[in-house]
Amino acid sequence: MSTSLEIVRLTVNGDPRTAGVPPHWTLLETLRYAMGLTGSKQGCDKGDCGACTVLVDGEPTLSCITPVWEAEGHRVTTVEGLAGPDGPHPVQDAFDRYGAGQCGFCTPGVLCSAAALLERTPTPSRHEVKEALAGNLCRCTGYTKILDAVVDAGRVLAERTSGSGEASNG
Amino acid sequence: MAEKAKSDFTIVGTRQRKVDGLAKAMGRARYTDDIALPGMLHGKILRSPHPHARILSIDTSAAEALEGVHAVVTGREMAVPYGVIPWTPDEYPLCTDRVRYIGDGVAAVAAIDEDAANEALRRIRVEYEELPPVFDPFEALESEGGDDAPYLHEPRKPGWNGNITKVVKLEFGALDEGFRGSDVIVEHDFLFEGTTHAPIEPHCAIGLWEADPPGRHEGVAFSEGSGGPGDTEAILRRSRGMETKGKSDRGDREGEGQLPPPAGQLTVWSSTQVPHYLHRELSRVLGLDPARVRVIQPPVGGAFGGKSEPFDLEFCVGLLSMKAGRPVKILYTREEVFYSHRGRHPFHMKYRVGATRDGRLTAVDAHTVLDGGAYASFGLVTTYYSGQLLTAPYQMPAYRFDSTRVYTNKPACGPKRGHGSVQPRFAFEVQLDRIAHELQLDPIELRRRNFMGSDTRTVNELRVTSNGFLECLEAVEEASGWRERFRQLPFGRGLGVAGSTYISGTNYPIYPNDMPQSAVQIQIDRSGRVAVFSGASEIGQGTDSMVAYLAAEELGVPLEYVRVMAGDTDFTPVDLGAYSSRVTFMLGNACLDAARKLKAKVREAVADHWECPPGQVLLAGGWALHAPDTGRKMPIREAFVLAESRFGTLGAVGSYNTPKDVHGDYRGGTIGASPAYSFTAHVAEVEVDVETGQVRVDRIWVAHDCGRALNPVLVEGQMEGSAYMGFGEAIMEEQVYKDADHGRAGLHNAPSLLDYRIPTSLDTPELTSLIVESIDPEGPYGAKEAGEGPLHPAIPAIANAIFDAVGVRIDRLPFSPPRVWRALQDARARGELEKPVAPEDP
Repeated sequence: MSTSLEIVRLTVNGDPRTAGVPPHWTLLETLRYAMGLTGSKQGCDKGDCGACTVLVDGEPTLSCITPVWEAEGHRVTTVEGLAGPDGPHPVQDAFDRYGAGQCGFCTPGVLCSAAALLERTPTPSRHEVKEALAGNLCRCTGYTKILDAVVDAGRVLAERTSGSGEASNG
Repeated sequence: MAEKAKSDFTIVGTRQRKVDGLAKAMGRARYTDDIALPGMLHGKILRSPHPHARILSIDTSAAEALEGVHAVVTGREMAVPYGVIPWTPDEYPLCTDRVRYIGDGVAAVAAIDEDAANEALRRIRVEYEELPPVFDPFEALESEGGDDAPYLHEPRKPGWNGNITKVVKLEFGALDEGFRGSDVIVEHDFLFEGTTHAPIEPHCAIGLWEADPPGRHEGVAFSEGSGGPGDTEAILRRSRGMETKGKSDRGDREGEGQLPPPAGQLTVWSSTQVPHYLHRELSRVLGLDPARVRVIQPPVGGAFGGKSEPFDLEFCVGLLSMKAGRPVKILYTREEVFYSHRGRHPFHMKYRVGATRDGRLTAVDAHTVLDGGAYASFGLVTTYYSGQLLTAPYQMPAYRFDSTRVYTNKPACGPKRGHGSVQPRFAFEVQLDRIAHELQLDPIELRRRNFMGSDTRTVNELRVTSNGFLECLEAVEEASGWRERFRQLPFGRGLGVAGSTYISGTNYPIYPNDMPQSAVQIQIDRSGRVAVFSGASEIGQGTDSMVAYLAAEELGVPLEYVRVMAGDTDFTPVDLGAYSSRVTFMLGNACLDAARKLKAKVREAVADHWECPPGQVLLAGGWALHAPDTGRKMPIREAFVLAESRFGTLGAVGSYNTPKDVHGDYRGGTIGASPAYSFTAHVAEVEVDVETGQVRVDRIWVAHDCGRALNPVLVEGQMEGSAYMGFGEAIMEEQVYKDADHGRAGLHNAPSLLDYRIPTSLDTPELTSLIVESIDPEGPYGAKEAGEGPLHPAIPAIANAIFDAVGVRIDRLPFSPPRVWRALQDARARGELEKPVAPEDP
C-alpha cells in the first residue's frame, strides 16, 4: 500500500519551497513531516487548540485543518520564521523575559497569533491580547505571563519605532 | 548553615530567564513527536469498542498480510502485569483476555505510514463476549461477581469484592468526644466530578531496538541466544512461555530461566514525567536487561500528572520495534489522550465537621467513595491521600476518614495536580465557611483561630516544620480588600476564601528502597563551563532552570555558563520523576550537595594561590573574590584552572534522601509524610448572573508559601497556572461518560479540547500572585514546592464566593450554568436567594 505524492509549492519563511506530499495532507503535516519545520505543533489535529497556528499571508491560520493545497502559492510564516537577522522577534524575547512559556508546546502558535496582532495593533491593550489569543489554548500558565509578555512586546516595538530605549527585564 | 539574607544571593531570588526559554520561543525545542529516525515506522493501537467484554480471539492475519505493515502485537506477547504502584499490578500493556473500558488497548501495529497503520487496525478481527458493565461506584460496591457479571478484577482475597481497589479507615484523637463538645456541627454531601489533565502535547513515544548480531557478546550475561532483527520467533517463544506461567509476580523474571531475553539495546523516547519508572517497567515487562534499556525524555509539552506512569504506547513501540527491526513511533490522537486519562478521581464525599462557638475545630469525620475507573494506577495512594493530606494547616483535635476506591468500566483515574487532596479540600473548606457563617464569624478569622503553627505535628502525626499560612491569609485579605468588601458587595457579587497545604515530595519512594530519591552530577572545567547532569524531568515547570540557578549561585558563575542535561537514563543519575511536587526540594538539595563539593575544591585551590584560609575565598558573579580584600579577585575561569591543575578533572555527584522519622507509627502513616509542606490561601471574586446561572470569576488572589522563591518568575508561573487549573475545574471541566439514554454507555462525553472545555484567555480570571517565603530549614536555600499546592483553594474559594454573592451553596462540581441556574431557581422557590447576613463584627 503506497500513496502517490503530489508536488506543492509554498513560500515558507521567505524561502520558495517545494515538497511531494500525499494529496490529503494538511499544511501542518507538510511543514512538520515534509519540510522538517517541527516548531509548529499538533495538539488536537482538529482545530481546537491553536498549537498549530501559522501565518498565511500574515493571517493566523490553523495549519492542522488547512489542506496544504489551500496554502499553495501563499506566504507561510512559522515560529521559525518570526525572528529576523537581528535576532528574536520582540515577542519571542518578551516570552523569554516574562517566563511566558512553561512547557512551550502552545508557545509557537501563541507567538504566531501574537505577532499578527502586533502587526495590526502595535500597542494592544491587555483585553485586545486576550481576544487575539482566545483561539490558542495554554494549559500551563493561566495566560497571565503570556498577556504581560505580549503587552510588553508592543511597548518594545513602539520604543523601537520611536528609536528610544531598551527593553526592561520583566 | 545560617540562613542567608536575600542580598547575599546573586541569582537565587532574582527574576531570571529560563535556560530553555528562548529555545522554546524560537521553535527549536524538540519534543518527542519532532524526532524522526531513519526508517521509522508509524504505530497505532486498536482499542476496545466495549466497556466490558471478554476477548475470545484476535485474528491479526489480514493486518499482517497488508503491504507496508511490518509488525503486529497483541497482549499475549506482553503478558506481564504491571502497575506504577508495586502492590497493585492489575493491567497489561495490551489487554490479554478482557477489556474493561471503551478505549482499552487490544493490539498494535507498525506500518510505513499512518494510513497503512490505520488500514491494518481495520483488518484486525477481535471476537468479544460482552459483559455487563458497571459505571456507578455504588453499584460496583454492591456487585456480587460471578461468571455472568464478573468483578472488574480478581478479588485480592477470597470473599472480597473484586471491584474494590483499596479501603482505608483511620481515626485519630477522640472523635465522639469532639463532636459532643461541639456547639455547631455541619454535615453535607459533596460530589467532585472527575477532570482530566489535558496537556496540549499528546502522549508520544518512539522505540528503537538495536539487536545484537549472534555471538556479539558471547559469555556475557543476559545476551546469549537469540535476537537478530528478523528473529521475531524468539521473542514470541519467550512471551508465550511467560503466558503459560499465568500471572507473574513482580521481579520474578530471572527465575524463569529457560528462555533467555533477546539480546540488544532498546531505546525509548517518551513524553513521560517518570523516565525512571518507565525504565524499570519496560525492562520488567519486555524481559530486558535494565542495563540495556535506555529511556530518553525530550522536553514534555505539559503533563500535570497525566504522564506519570507507563502507558500502553511505550511498551508497544518497544515490542513493535523489536519485531520489526526498525524504529517505531506512536503518537496518541487527542481522543486517545482523553481515554488514557489517569486524571482526577470523582469523589463522593460526606463531611461532618464540628466546632466550638468561638470557631475552634473539635472533630472532622469524612466518608469518601473514589470512582477509580478500570485500573488501580496510583489509586492506592489516592485513597490514602484523600484523608491523610487534610490535617494541616488547621489544628484538628479529632479526625476520622473512611475512604474506598472502587473500580468501574471507565478510563482509569490517577494523579492530577494536587493528587487526591484537591477534592477533600473543596468539601472541607466549604464546611469551614458554613461554620463561620453559622457562628457569624469572619471566615478568615475562623481560619486564623485554627492555625496549627510551625514546628509541630498534625493529628495524624505528620511533622510540619516551616509554615507561612498566616502570612498567606494576611496577604490575600489585604490585597483583596476583604475587610471592606466581604458580605458588603451588591447582590450577585461575592468574595470567598479558602486555605490549603501540600507536600514537597513524599518521604518514601513508590517502590521500597534505601537509595537516594534524587541525584545530580556536576562537571566543571578550565573553560568556566558548568555541566549539570540532572535525572529530573523538565515538563515545563522549570527543573532544568532550577538546578542551573543553584549551580551558578554556588559556583559563582554567570547563568549562561551553565549547561543542563536531563532526563536520559543512560547518562543522568536516577531521580524518581516529576510528581508529588518533589523536584525542587529533592533535586535542589542534591544539586547543592554536588555543587558544594566542587566549590570546596575551587576555594581550596584559590586559597593556596592567595595563601589565605579557604574560608576567605568567595565565588560569586563570575569571580573568585578575597573576602577581606575585595580588590583582590580573579575571573572564575582562572579559579577553575587552579582547581583543575590541583585536583585533576573536576566532577562531583550529589544526592538527597528524605528523613525517615517524620510520620506516625501506624499502617499507612508513611503516606502523606513529606520533608516539608507548602501552604496557600486564595480569595476569589465572582459575579453570578441569576438569570443564566453563569458564574464569572473576575479575579483570584493567590498567596503561597513556597519556602524561598528560587526564581519568583517561575514560582508565580506555577501559582498562576495552578489557580487557572482549579478555576477550570470549578466552573467548566468534567470528565464524564455517556449513559445508555444518551448514546453508547461508557463513551466519553466530550473527548476533544473544544467540547471538554478548558479555559481560554477570555475565560480565565485575572490572577494575582503573592509570594510568601517561610524559608524552610531543610529545603534548598529554604525552598519548598510551588507546583501543586496553589491549585487547591481555588475551587472552595469560588464556591464560598458564590455563597457570598447570592446566598446559595452548591456542593457539586462543576459550577456550570445549568447546575447553578437550577440551584438558584430552587433557592428562589425557598425564598433563600439573597445576600447572606454579614458577621456582626467583621
